[in-house]
Amino acid sequence: MTAALEVTGLSKAFGGLPAANGISLNVEAGERRLIIGPNGAGKTTLFNLITGDLRPDAGSIRLFGEEVSRLPTHRRTQHGMARTYQIITLFARDTLLHNIVLSLLGRSRTRWDAFRPLERHRELFDRARAALERVGLEPLAQRPISEVSYGDKRRVEIAMALAQEPRLLLLDEPLAGLSREERVTVKKLLDTIPRETTVVMIEHDMDTALDMAERITLLHYGTVIVEGTRSEVVADPKTREVYLGH
Amino acid sequence: MQFWVIQTLNSLALGGLLFLLSAGFSLIFGLMRIANLTHGAFFMLGTYIGVSALRVFPNLWLAALAGAVVVGLFGALLERFVLRSLGGNALGQVLLTLGVAFIISDLCLIVWGGDPIPVQTPDYLRKPMLIAGLPFPTYRLVVVVIALVTALLLWLLMERTRLGAMIRAGVDDMQMARAVGIPVSKLFTIVFCLGAALAGAGGVIGGPILSAYPGLDADMLPLALIVVILGGVGSLVGALVGSFIVGFVYTFGTALLPDLAYVILFLPMIFVIAFKPTGLFGKVSA
Amino acid sequence: MRSARWIVALVLVALPQFAGEFYVNLISQIFIAAIFASSLNLLVGYAGLTSLGHASYLGVSAYLSAWLYLKLGIGHWLSAPIALAVTTVMAGFFGWIALRASGLGFLMITLALSQVLWGLAYRWSAVTNGDNGLSGLTRPQPFGLSLDSASAFYYFTLIVVAVAIGMMAKFIGSPFGAALKGTRDQPRRMSALGHDVRRVRWITFVYAGFWGAVSGLLYIYYHKYIHPTSLSLTNSAEALLGVIAGGSGTLVGPIIGAAIVVLLKNYVSAYVERWNMLLGFVFVAIVLFMPDGLVPGVRRLWARVTGRRKPTDAASNS
Repeated sequence: MTAALEVTGLSKAFGGLPAANGISLNVEAGERRLIIGPNGAGKTTLFNLITGDLRPDAGSIRLFGEEVSRLPTHRRTQHGMARTYQIITLFARDTLLHNIVLSLLGRSRTRWDAFRPLERHRELFDRARAALERVGLEPLAQRPISEVSYGDKRRVEIAMALAQEPRLLLLDEPLAGLSREERVTVKKLLDTIPRETTVVMIEHDMDTALDMAERITLLHYGTVIVEGTRSEVVADPKTREVYLGH
Repeated sequence: MQFWVIQTLNSLALGGLLFLLSAGFSLIFGLMRIANLTHGAFFMLGTYIGVSALRVFPNLWLAALAGAVVVGLFGALLERFVLRSLGGNALGQVLLTLGVAFIISDLCLIVWGGDPIPVQTPDYLRKPMLIAGLPFPTYRLVVVVIALVTALLLWLLMERTRLGAMIRAGVDDMQMARAVGIPVSKLFTIVFCLGAALAGAGGVIGGPILSAYPGLDADMLPLALIVVILGGVGSLVGALVGSFIVGFVYTFGTALLPDLAYVILFLPMIFVIAFKPTGLFGKVSA
Repeated sequence: MRSARWIVALVLVALPQFAGEFYVNLISQIFIAAIFASSLNLLVGYAGLTSLGHASYLGVSAYLSAWLYLKLGIGHWLSAPIALAVTTVMAGFFGWIALRASGLGFLMITLALSQVLWGLAYRWSAVTNGDNGLSGLTRPQPFGLSLDSASAFYYFTLIVVAVAIGMMAKFIGSPFGAALKGTRDQPRRMSALGHDVRRVRWITFVYAGFWGAVSGLLYIYYHKYIHPTSLSLTNSAEALLGVIAGGSGTLVGPIIGAAIVVLLKNYVSAYVERWNMLLGFVFVAIVLFMPDGLVPGVRRLWARVTGRRKPTDAASNS
């Protein structure tokens, strides 16, 4: 069976400083993978390389067996990849519903329709409402993003990604900045992601993240230090070294 | 043979003038992220000031100095008191420079009238120079030398002085420059003033070749833009190389295909943009 | 709001019955400028791409139409579609070049390209007749109806402007328009969502070029004369001023802005021959004091007066 995501020898340097230094990892279809590492380990750089926001200096990226490292971001998304951002980048002046619609349009031929009014495309709005319902935000559908709470924005981020029914979902710190209750809500939401969707997640909140992940990859200075099951990684002395110093 | 030699020299002279114009444009863009659309008008204003200065004292170099001082001061005031109030709004600043360009252009028309005014070449530079038996227009050679010396001085300024180091820091990373205590806002005024002064002096020095006429600004601005797009914004080397490329393409285009000289200008620009959108020597994309 | 629209429509239809020829012609000019400015607004307001070269499309389509008639004797029924098609293809090419950059690079490239065309119009006198311009043109006669009278041309222009604004409004209100606005606000996010940002922008560029070309045809039919100034930076800047003064990213703004520019140009330059200076000062004043433009400014004021909440994008999107 082909892996959902296969990264080989991925490297990227900024002005001589390597942010990713020969990263290789394999994520099986349906797997839940957690990526951890101290600040500046290259976690978000890895995501940006996978999505195509950054061009790698070397290495290859395969999505479900297909080489994508030379494709622009939007083409990779068409292969079934979706992501959420660490720093929220939503369309602040638009409604929650409209944000989801933009996401749905990204994977629908309807986006090239330049004549029929948007709101005539009922099926889009029905699906968008369903996506909001799934994260419990349907009642706020008509509110502009700028008027809802931080926790709600995070859920909209996730709803936008899930609405596309991605085969591979990259979550960049989905729990960052949330209150304890909000974290529980988002955690429950993440648990409902179907197995057809492979999940790769960057997260600092170990308590919540560790029990979700089946395998864990520890990055440090742009390289994979340890990879394995939860207990393997926790038990590995190199993990201790990275987090506690020598 | 004579044709090619003379046209080559004309190309070099135009390239030199374009460098005086676009070096400032490029520096301003690199540091302040403003496309200063007043730059063509600065050049024309310089030429007209040269015309008036020459009526008072018949020395082209003093006139060039006058052009540099007046236009430079104007630039400094424009930056300090008008552009600054739109700090952070790059588009607003660009549109403002466009408005000011229209105002200067019309003011020149009011003050100096609509007829072209020739600018005299200094007597001692009028006689062609004989090199290997071929006569060369001496003034054009001098213009090339002035441009090259200016390029050298600018390079020294940027690479060898404290001011240059601060400007480079600002071009590389504005926030970092601010954080380490570089007086960025003073730098803005200085660079804008310097860019304007170069354009003003360039206008006077270009006078004997181009003469002063309404529309000179609109003729020069696109050439400067093409130079900068070609060479890459914010790069002095890019401005120098771009200037001479455009100088050659435009001069030979005009001589060989006078009707289509402007279309030929397209070609190097399209070629460069197609393969390297940041320009030949550009690091930042515009 | 709906009744206000009907009243405006009625007044526009009835206008030639009570207004003198001078005013009828003036409004025709406003219509032409309104199409021109609205087409530019597709780029400036909805794509977030400030072009300073939009005169290219007006000028080239007008020159082409004139040249086809004068040099090849081709009638309007054929020259119009040729001019539109060629200009639109040119927009496709220019858009491909200019969209290699974004932001100020885009602005500089569009400006440089259009200035090259402007210089070409002056120099290539074999085709453009240089500074003398091309004259001796006629207006078309759709279905045998003469458009030579002020009111006949007015109605012709009214129909075109209605169709043009209607089509642009449809474009903006469509799924494609929603994606376009998305690429304006968050281009990176949009590509992560699967949208091809550059292609969305390019299509909009071409569409804007097409409607610019339509305004060029009306322009040449109205003036029956064309001069290189139609391709000048001043002409591009007038349209941009109309967009910004009225309010970019709104449908009505550029129409009102274009009207203001035409009125200013006609009235003020009748007294003082200082149009460029005035244009410059208005630019500076708008940028410094009313950067949002009149329509959003007045709308905000109105919202404050009536004490209503500022209308959300939900209202403007649906």
